[in-house]
Amino acid sequence: MDQSELHQWEERCIQDQPPQCTAACPLHVDVRGFIGRIQAGRWAEAVHILRKTMPLPDLLGRICDAPCETRCIRSQCGDAIRIGALERACVRSHPSPLSAPAMPARNKAVAVVGTGLSSLTAVWDLIRKGYAITLMEPGPQPGAELVQQHRALLSPGLVQGQIDGLKTLGVQLQVNVSIDHEDFPGDLLKTFQAVYIGLDSVQPAAVWPPESRRVEARLQQTGMAGIFAGGTPPSAVWQAAQGRWAATTIDRFLQKVSLTAGREKEGPLDSRLFTSLKGVAQAPAVVMTNPAAGYSIEEAKREADRCLQCQCLECVKSCAYLETFGAYPRKYAREIYNNASLVMGARTANKLINSCSLCGLCETVCPEDFAMQDLCLQARQAMVQKGKMPPSAHEFALLDMEFSRSERFSLARSAPGTDRCRYALFPGCQLCAADPDKIKPLYEHLRSVQQGDVGLILGCCGAPAHWAGRQSLYREVCDALTRQWQDMGRPHLIAACSTCYQMFRQNLPEIAVQSVWPILAHSPLPSAAGNGFSSPVAVHDPCTTRHEPHIQNAVRHILDRLGIAYEELSPGGEKTECCGFGGLMSNAAPDLAMEVVRRRSRLSSHDYLTYCAMCRDSMAAVDKRTLHLLDLLFSSAAPADPAGRKRTGWSRRRDNRSRLKNGLLAEVWNEAPAAGTGHQPFELHIPPEVGDVLESRRILVEDLQQVIQHAEAGGRRLRHVESRHFKAAWRSGHVTFWVEYAPLGDGYEIYNAYAHRMEVSFP
Amino acid sequence: MITESATAQEMKWTCDQCRCALVAGQVTVSYMGHRFTTELPHCPRCGLVMVPESIALGKMAEVEQILEDK
Repeated sequence: MDQSELHQWEERCIQDQPPQCTAACPLHVDVRGFIGRIQAGRWAEAVHILRKTMPLPDLLGRICDAPCETRCIRSQCGDAIRIGALERACVRSHPSPLSAPAMPARNKAVAVVGTGLSSLTAVWDLIRKGYAITLMEPGPQPGAELVQQHRALLSPGLVQGQIDGLKTLGVQLQVNVSIDHEDFPGDLLKTFQAVYIGLDSVQPAAVWPPESRRVEARLQQTGMAGIFAGGTPPSAVWQAAQGRWAATTIDRFLQKVSLTAGREKEGPLDSRLFTSLKGVAQAPAVVMTNPAAGYSIEEAKREADRCLQCQCLECVKSCAYLETFGAYPRKYAREIYNNASLVMGARTANKLINSCSLCGLCETVCPEDFAMQDLCLQARQAMVQKGKMPPSAHEFALLDMEFSRSERFSLARSAPGTDRCRYALFPGCQLCAADPDKIKPLYEHLRSVQQGDVGLILGCCGAPAHWAGRQSLYREVCDALTRQWQDMGRPHLIAACSTCYQMFRQNLPEIAVQSVWPILAHSPLPSAAGNGFSSPVAVHDPCTTRHEPHIQNAVRHILDRLGIAYEELSPGGEKTECCGFGGLMSNAAPDLAMEVVRRRSRLSSHDYLTYCAMCRDSMAAVDKRTLHLLDLLFSSAAPADPAGRKRTGWSRRRDNRSRLKNGLLAEVWNEAPAAGTGHQPFELHIPPEVGDVLESRRILVEDLQQVIQHAEAGGRRLRHVESRHFKAAWRSGHVTFWVEYAPLGDGYEIYNAYAHRMEVSFP
Repeated sequence: MITESATAQEMKWTCDQCRCALVAGQVTVSYMGHRFTTELPHCPRCGLVMVPESIALGKMAEVEQILEDK
């Protein structure tokens, strides 16, 4: 990712866009932060937030006409928040005396003519930048015009107090200044380096040079160099804004830098920030007991409580993964970019990158289609290319994929007695691993309902390599699959796993693929299908069917035909959630994956029904009763209570695949078992609690066998002085496995096992 | 870096071949091109090193993670 790509990613996430109120405000007051503090009862902090952007809050806070309210999202669910009234309540109860840190003097003098709000704002901004300010009032009483304009809200004493405050900061005040002569602007420029004329309180004299009366909006400069002006709008906050913009222009003019650079975002803006109103109850504005006095503190607090504190976070609200890392995609994009650019030190975003399930829910719920899965997958691919992918992140899943591609499982056969076929069932590695008994009935059923020969391919679609960012390995898998497919006569693949379906569709366009479910939905159902199932189920759609409504609909059609009542999970359909297996989340972040599936499992008390073997097993791992659709279709091949069966362990998943292959070879094709499958050198007795430990540590029975085999064949082992157990280690691939065991009958009893990746040697 | 005092139970393992108790001492550990020494129980005669479970799953796993993220 280069800088411009990063910026494209960042731009797409709208969470940092300003709330509509702030965007509408010519001064960009942080209204959300201000009201948030009132909600928390932290009034002093609320004032502090006003002071950061609002000039002279004791004045403007009382008279602001609050254009922000016109864009308040709350107005769609009741009235707009009374932001102006909240500002008044705040500044009335918490006055903020004018103070500013002493700035080094700049030796440049600015005259500010008029004592209206725009002039006072310009004075406030310029004095804090170190300019010598002379404030000139044509009348006898400074601030009189301002009081006149806002009689109900401003007292003469309050305005005088503000002007006195400016004087204590060093402002020179002159009253009764004569301005009605034609040389007035030009004469000022003999003494001052710049002049601001506040048109909200001063009428330019008709005798002034015409160019000094021509004002360019936003920059607030006139046609006469050194003369600036503003304050014409009737709105108080716009007067203040023009005073502020004039001060900025004067500062730049005096520093001889660009007047315009970087000022594109001044004034009201559009904002793309989206805020959901889902679940927001209608609520009208809090009524003032005494409108003349404004909100009381207590009323203001209640009114503030109506504020939605607008933000988007649509994706974060929908995804435990995005929530876990404590920020949102815009920030994550930056973290991922920094992670890749790091030369020395810890790559702290590795976990962030590798934990995403790549399920695409964020993109579906995002108003701007931010695809975290694309960001993470690209980052993984880049890490692999640079040799910076942590080896442990995906290794277990990649080894499992290698198993699926090996002679111990891989198989490609045309229908018995043929050497080419029109269709081929591709059940997928994990369905075979978890539910091998359903494969033969499914295959035979398809042979009976499809017009044309149906072959079979056992193998892996390559999803683990793709998800792990191993592009060259994935291409290798695809090439091998393509060769198998060509050898079988280019059959239409029938995928029983929606991940395989997605992989083929997205990455192997020359291979025609269809999902098994629409085929089953629109052909005779197996006899005895659905027998014995009556209670309603809740349908969990695998995340890889998110954009495949025809598959989701086919599954419901099958349920209808079976007479099985079902309910929809919410979120479901295109907003369905991953079970925690997708994207290898359960490899890189097992705890998070458990949390993800736990959340999903709590959406309904009914048994779930799904049509992905990994979804079923992930649910089973958190004790959520879950059926696979094949349990209903081929109930005679299902155990007594299929929804209640436990998750299939890692070792069993391998045994199942090998047994399935050999069973099919023998029963369907009359062939001998494949070499290297099914042989166990000796029996291992593994108590259930030890089995659970092995599962959580992803240690296979064959790992244990390797260790014991080497230790017992003259390798070295340890012996415990009390228990008399043996302990031995063996390094297989990048992992050293330790096993604590003792002989039992013809085999061994296992007491414990653990693993590490470091290599240890003596000395 | 990964030294932790082995528990009493872990020091009750003996080298089956040499018939002697393990002693704590310096051994070499390496991962991803990094190499350093640390104290682990081992056989004083043949040098067979034992990595106790608490260290494999604790400090050693932590250091592995740090090195993988370097």
